[in-house]
Amino acid sequence: MLILTCPNCGIAADETELSAGGEAHLTRFGAGSSDADFENYLFMRKNARGVHFERWRHSYGCGKWFHAARCTTTLEVFGTYPAQTTEPPAELIEKIKQKCPDFEGFSK
Amino acid sequence: MRRYSAFAIAREAARYHSGWERAWASPEPKSEYDVIIVGAGGHGLATAYYLGKNFGITNVAIIEKGWLGGGNTGRNTTIIRSNYLQDPSAAIYEKARSLYETMSQDLNYNVMFSPRGVMMLAQTEHEIRGYQRTAHANALQGVATEFIGPEKVKELCPIIELKGPRYPVLGALWQPRGGTARHDAVAWGYARACSDMGMHIIQKCEVTGVHRENGKVTGVETTKGRIGCKKLGMVVAGNASALADMAGFRIPLESVALQALVSEPIKPCMDVVIMANTVHGYMSQSDKGEMVIGGGTDGFNNYTQRGSFHHIEETVRALVETFPMISRLKMLRQWGGIVDVTGDRSPIIGKTPLGNTFINCGWGTGGFKAIPGSGWAFAETIAKGEPGELAAPFGMDRFIEGRFIDESVAAGVAH
Amino acid sequence: MSTRLQNHGRLIDRSMRLEFNWNGKRLNGFKGDTLASALLANGEMLVGRSFKYHRPRGIVASGPEEPNALVGLGQGGKYEPNQRATTTELFNGLTAKSQNHWPSLEFDVGGVNRVMTRFFPAGFYYKTFMAPSFAWKHVFEPVIRKAAGLGAAPDPEERDADRYEYFYAHCDVLVIGGGIAGLAAALQAGKSGAKVLLLEQENHFGGRAPVDGVTIEGKPAQDWIDATVAALDSMENVTIRTRTMGAGVYDHGYALGYERLTDHAPEIAGPRHRLWRIRAKRILTATGAIERPLSFAGNDVPGVMLAGAVRDYMINHGVSVGDGVVVATNNDDAYRTAIALKEAGLDVPAVIDARSTATGPLVEKARAMGIRVETGTAISSVYGNKKVTSVGLCKQSGEGTKTDELDCDAVAMSGGWSPVVHLWSHCGGKLNWDSEMAMFRPDPSRPPLGADGEGFVLVAGTANGHLDAAAAIADGHAVGAQAASEAGFDAKDDAAPLAESEAEGPILAVWSMPQGQNKKLQMKTFLDYQNDVKVSDVRLAAQEGYESVEHTKRYTTLGMATDQGKLSNINGLAVLADSLNAEIPQVGTTTFRPPYHPISMGAIAGEARGGLFKVLRRTPMHDWTDSNGGVWEPVADWRRPYCYQQAGESVKEAVNREILQTRNSVSILDASTLGKIIVKGPDAGKFLDMLYTNMMSTLKVGRCRYGLMCSENGFLSDDGVVARLDEDTFLCHTTSGGSDRIHAWMEEWLQTEWWDWKVYTANVTEQYAQIGIVGPNARKVLEKMGTDMDLSAEALPFMAFADGEIAGIKARPYRISFSGELSYEVAVPAAQGQAFWDAALAAGKEFGITPYGTEALHVMRAEKGFIMIGDETDGTVIPQDLGLNWAISKKKEDFLGKRAQQRPHMVDPKRWRLVGLETEDPSVVIPDGAYAVDGTTRANGVKNMIGRITSTYYSPTLKRSIAMGLVEDGPERMGDTIMFARTDGTTINAKIVDPVFLDKEGARQNV
Repeated sequence: MLILTCPNCGIAADETELSAGGEAHLTRFGAGSSDADFENYLFMRKNARGVHFERWRHSYGCGKWFHAARCTTTLEVFGTYPAQTTEPPAELIEKIKQKCPDFEGFSK
Repeated sequence: MRRYSAFAIAREAARYHSGWERAWASPEPKSEYDVIIVGAGGHGLATAYYLGKNFGITNVAIIEKGWLGGGNTGRNTTIIRSNYLQDPSAAIYEKARSLYETMSQDLNYNVMFSPRGVMMLAQTEHEIRGYQRTAHANALQGVATEFIGPEKVKELCPIIELKGPRYPVLGALWQPRGGTARHDAVAWGYARACSDMGMHIIQKCEVTGVHRENGKVTGVETTKGRIGCKKLGMVVAGNASALADMAGFRIPLESVALQALVSEPIKPCMDVVIMANTVHGYMSQSDKGEMVIGGGTDGFNNYTQRGSFHHIEETVRALVETFPMISRLKMLRQWGGIVDVTGDRSPIIGKTPLGNTFINCGWGTGGFKAIPGSGWAFAETIAKGEPGELAAPFGMDRFIEGRFIDESVAAGVAH
Repeated sequence: MSTRLQNHGRLIDRSMRLEFNWNGKRLNGFKGDTLASALLANGEMLVGRSFKYHRPRGIVASGPEEPNALVGLGQGGKYEPNQRATTTELFNGLTAKSQNHWPSLEFDVGGVNRVMTRFFPAGFYYKTFMAPSFAWKHVFEPVIRKAAGLGAAPDPEERDADRYEYFYAHCDVLVIGGGIAGLAAALQAGKSGAKVLLLEQENHFGGRAPVDGVTIEGKPAQDWIDATVAALDSMENVTIRTRTMGAGVYDHGYALGYERLTDHAPEIAGPRHRLWRIRAKRILTATGAIERPLSFAGNDVPGVMLAGAVRDYMINHGVSVGDGVVVATNNDDAYRTAIALKEAGLDVPAVIDARSTATGPLVEKARAMGIRVETGTAISSVYGNKKVTSVGLCKQSGEGTKTDELDCDAVAMSGGWSPVVHLWSHCGGKLNWDSEMAMFRPDPSRPPLGADGEGFVLVAGTANGHLDAAAAIADGHAVGAQAASEAGFDAKDDAAPLAESEAEGPILAVWSMPQGQNKKLQMKTFLDYQNDVKVSDVRLAAQEGYESVEHTKRYTTLGMATDQGKLSNINGLAVLADSLNAEIPQVGTTTFRPPYHPISMGAIAGEARGGLFKVLRRTPMHDWTDSNGGVWEPVADWRRPYCYQQAGESVKEAVNREILQTRNSVSILDASTLGKIIVKGPDAGKFLDMLYTNMMSTLKVGRCRYGLMCSENGFLSDDGVVARLDEDTFLCHTTSGGSDRIHAWMEEWLQTEWWDWKVYTANVTEQYAQIGIVGPNARKVLEKMGTDMDLSAEALPFMAFADGEIAGIKARPYRISFSGELSYEVAVPAAQGQAFWDAALAAGKEFGITPYGTEALHVMRAEKGFIMIGDETDGTVIPQDLGLNWAISKKKEDFLGKRAQQRPHMVDPKRWRLVGLETEDPSVVIPDGAYAVDGTTRANGVKNMIGRITSTYYSPTLKRSIAMGLVEDGPERMGDTIMFARTDGTTINAKIVDPVFLDKEGARQNV
């Protein structure tokens, strides 16, 4: 039963208020893209065992999407941040590195 | 291997059962095998079994990081059915179901396959049409199913409420030869048979790396040292992405938690398996008397084998509505497993970017019923180096081609 | 025989006599009794039969760990199987039945299994019952199923007479357990100002302290307990709940409480159980410990009980379990039982102590009282069938040769105490094996981790391994302060309450009694009482290679009974460790899973049943429909009328009537469930161009356009008419089931991909009632209703809309049609929907206006060849399959789904495509879901399929059957006849035709 703090409205929201949206920071490939790029975008997932950057929507709250960095083996939440970005904030990466020495940083 | 029988039990009873042999050996790994199967769950053990039985390949190691059968094989709701809509699914699940029919005799291990019948309730007009479509497809696929009316549903399952105020039962897709089996016994029976063929089942041995040369795998690094192989089969539900990562490729799936629960045991009151996809829940009664209950998955990536309680609530609500009598039963235990869900929610069986490495994963919430068919098809793929007829549609290439096997069309959420 | 004593009984009120019914016998007890204590007071030692061997079983414990005394409680809508007598408070009129026997508890035919014990070792069923192959299902399984199970199933036609509810609580510190450690912890946390919730599963506080004669601050423990509860009660920041169990701990500080409100007093009105959904910053579990049985032969004979339970029944309820009670132990605590029995004037033939020396103060006290203490001694076997008659003694170090025999009618055993670590472990808290104390205890350095990565569960008192009262209360005091401080409060640094109890000498770990117990005795030594798992079974599992603790558990069923191994797990895994020559921590424990103790399904479901099961969305005309013959069907969260049935007609007749009325005159449709989403902003057109396959940005203000939406994977996901309200504003109609999904889909793209686009969306589905006036006389009806708009074909042509008033109601008629008829879909404010509906009915009376339902709508759209999302589409169909290429823009660089539709399988000319189908025999309707076959069979035996039906109806308009379907090469095979297979193997011939069956040129709607 996760709790995530919505960076838009500031509410520490219960999982039942939220909808999960899968891996974050995917680059959309539309018409004209290569087969491999399109397949990667649509289907290939890191499915990380450990630090995972992911999308959530505060569906039964403010309705806004946001991103979270969360550990998929301990469920620790390192932080949440607005969805309007193509990569996680640098200070969050730094924080995760301090907590998880094995974490190699964010990569696409 | 000494055969199991009523006579053997009587013989052993006379000497306080001191003569029973180990069901499977626990050898130390050799330096190299013809085939290494990573993952001693049902699918991995079945793969090894059919490598030996169908192809005579017995220089095989099955490597398991925990205890055999300890993943989803030992934590599912044991439903076996093959009433799938799409041809490739119907083919492999029906193959599996038919192998379950004779598994106890084939393995000389009673897996308690109980073809008690599986029904999927239709609770909307749309669902009626969907299941009628499945029944039509199944008739052509050679899968025996029929669409039955509410009176027959009640006759087969007297504890059901047909006239729920929200979603009345309008009919059901009925597969009389579907059923359940004892999940642990499936793993144990295969393990015993594999061990008997001289294969090595190596438990508590975790793969930590994959050795590659020239686009091929040469062996795996494990907590018990390096083990070489000529071919590698990966069958590690809940760990497929991590293992693929070690081997240097990505696969199109995500891992989420699926939960189940059982009630306290009561005397027999339900002789069939019922799945209600509109309200999201399914239930059967185990031979011990527990009501075995499952529902939907959590939505987020998770490797903890724990789920969120609100899913349990939703499932129980749905089933109290469908079977009002369970309201006064008690939940004895809830648990979770990690299921790998692919882009079209159908499994992947086939080749990988590495020439001599093969993968079998992505069974989502429906793996148990497939075990013998999956093992059969994957063994063929490994032995021949190319997928056979059963496995061919399940290759990873379908995602790039857009050739999906989508069962959500008729099956809703639950498997 | 067990009986009521004249003295003791601190929890019972002897002035309040209660009557209850046990297996048809009328018995008496007192207020404060549990069903178990009342049964014992009445000499009822035999309470049930075991699961596998149907052995006679008596009460073993006094709390939730009880494995045997499971009864069927209540009757009819209040019946509940498998209720524990030890946790059932007695009330007047209670009715209980014993379980798992036939014909009676005293004489059970299933007891024949006992003599077969030797043939039913662990896992025997995996080794037999295999031939012939049908025999398992038809012969063996029914017998096994009938013998297994416990209580009888509730009557399927009865309905639960009770109701249930949820409570929500947020607190800083949740304290689970109201023993002295829990109370001390709650007090410390409460004093810090933290918001505290204290849960106690019993109806009284203090745990074992009052029973064990503990003194606190120099006074009897009860005084301190009463004072502390009073102090907590007076704190505004502290909430206390009794009869409330901490059932489970989940991630991120979530916990479940299970409150039993009326189980003890069914006459109280209100919910029976309450499920507490709690979020706590810190969860402190002070859940005590559970005593372990000793593993000696015959340890399951009724009358063999836990020593602590024997003491509980005597002190709490004034019940003796027998006149002569032999005490068997490996620790000092059991001497408390011997001393208490002796002090009550009962006989203790001997204390059988497995330790070679026993010298603690309690032992010396017992000796001084004249109790015979036999050290280095074990029970070789218990004698008796339905109750204990004597015990045989032997050397603990030997194999079980009997040296002496003592007559007795009960045995009080203690194998030591195991901390209740369940709640600590539910979310991954780790344990250490303490070999000196012979127990698993929580490892504080490896707690379950919360959202912030810090431990969020703490353990205190006996649950933390502090068996001594002084240490337990001090631990509670300290951990309570720690929990408060971790939750952000300043805890007082004051002295802990001082508790005193007799010191205890060291325990000796005894996992087998005697040490070298021979195989014959092992087969009579029970580990798991309820599931009939014996020492020999665990040893057999190990011998056969089921070496993992999980394998052993599953092979033997050890710990899988309704007590979930509370009594058996540690003893069992110790035997397993011994069999494997391994240490106990190497073997490890099985996983602890919620709930701690079974909780009712009713409580889990809460109030959400019947009408409240799922949210029901209602259109403004819902009630009218309900009382005017509407035959409901669920559509997403809505209900829609399948048809409006009139007196004397069948559903089918109603549908045909509605269709003909529409085609010939005029009908009215409640279309309010259609999704309505406003998309507004300077970039709204650009945004919709990405969302829809066709071009929306070129739509003229005041006009409508039909559009298709695809998933990024290319598949058709929704359709509907888009209206351009002004330059910057569009109103998008979606399917009834799609409004929330499509709105969320729009927001997802706007927020996460094109966040720089200036577009806003609002889902206004429920703000409007949408009413279709459909049929050749539609315009006349609206004009009769009175309007300020010109509704003529010239002023308001097909695919246009206008704003104005109709019948004095603000209205927006859209000239759109899903039936092919002249049609106005009129949007009015939801609150005026019914008024508009009534006005339309009145105005339409002269034209015979009637409402029509979803089925008529479906048939009419099929007559026109319009696709229906969910019928023609199923998540695998692309617009190109449906001949909708005209609605896919070729000018646009990109739209969602475009790239996907370029993949090889999507442009495969062999994809099945939409056609119309007419059966050779016009009266035959092709069944829903039928597949087209070509008479060939594939290599794998599957009959080759070349297409399928997507919609199939009898058309009363055309007086023939019509169907739509997806067929291989279909559009190229116009006029061909193909076969559709029924499930019975017969086929139906049908001709491939244009899917538009009626009015191909659109003359009816363009008027």
